Amino acid sequence: MPGRVCSTAMAVVFATMVVPACAATVQITMENLEISPNDASAKVGDTVEWINKDVFAHTATAGSGDFDMNLPAKKSGTTVVKKAGTVEYYCRFHPNMKARLKVVP
Amino acid sequence: MFTRRSAALAAAILLSSPALLGGASAADKPTDPQIAHIAYTAGVIDINAAKQAQKKAKNKDVKAFAEDMLRDHEAVNKQALALVKKLNVTPEDNDTSRTLSKQASDKLAELDKLDGAAFDRAYVANEVAYHKAVNGALESQLIPSASNAELKSLLQTGLKIFQGHQQHAEHVAAELK
Ligand SMILES: [Cu+2]
Repeated sequence: MPGRVCSTAMAVVFATMVVPACAATVQITMENLEISPNDASAKVGDTVEWINKDVFAHTATAGSGDFDMNLPAKKSGTTVVKKAGTVEYYCRFHPNMKARLKVVP
Repeated sequence: MFTRRSAALAAAILLSSPALLGGASAADKPTDPQIAHIAYTAGVIDINAAKQAQKKAKNKDVKAFAEDMLRDHEAVNKQALALVKKLNVTPEDNDTSRTLSKQASDKLAELDKLDGAAFDRAYVANEVAYHKAVNGALESQLIPSASNAELKSLLQTGLKIFQGHQQHAEHVAAELK
């Protein structure tokens, strides 16, 4: 995974916001009903990119209610993480798909 | 409960009768063409159950669950069809497929007599039992018997999907209580 690269465009876009300008993107993939990495970590302000490689729809649903991302077959989506803490999340359609995302300040 | 008993019976038939899987032959292992037929039939059965539920269910979680079943099982079966075409295998009808289909049509008829919350509960209870039975058959018979690696891998994905559905159905069943 690439490191924390700040593009000029991103710096310009984020300069006026509270979001740190050096936010990174963390990729989490769902394939064959498995989530990888199963234990991921991100920093507050980072973007999580959810990549669904299956022909089945999945969701990334935080047990805490922090996010509930619908991921149709072969689609991806993004969430910006705003709160520090460890989030346990699962797929609403296939609750046997479970993973953790650790968000550090 | 009646639904639970008949589902347990279906599971017992599916799991404990290797003779059924081998048809009239002495072999107790189903062949790949038979396995493909059984797996496809199992999907069609759940698709038909979901279509009935879409018409009859009242509860919105039950309706949503039926929609999920329809979507996933159609996706699995589409992959199964693509695979048998690629492998040049013709799915072969067999006693297990016939038993499953017969039990499923009896169940559809039984559920058709119910309405409202009674239908919702019976449909979801049967979904739990049905997925459990299919998971048992996949784990103990179909996956170990499959000789083609791609077929085996598709069945393994199918098992994970079915296990997910079983848990999902259990959640919905718990909500209905
Ligand atoms: Cu899923």
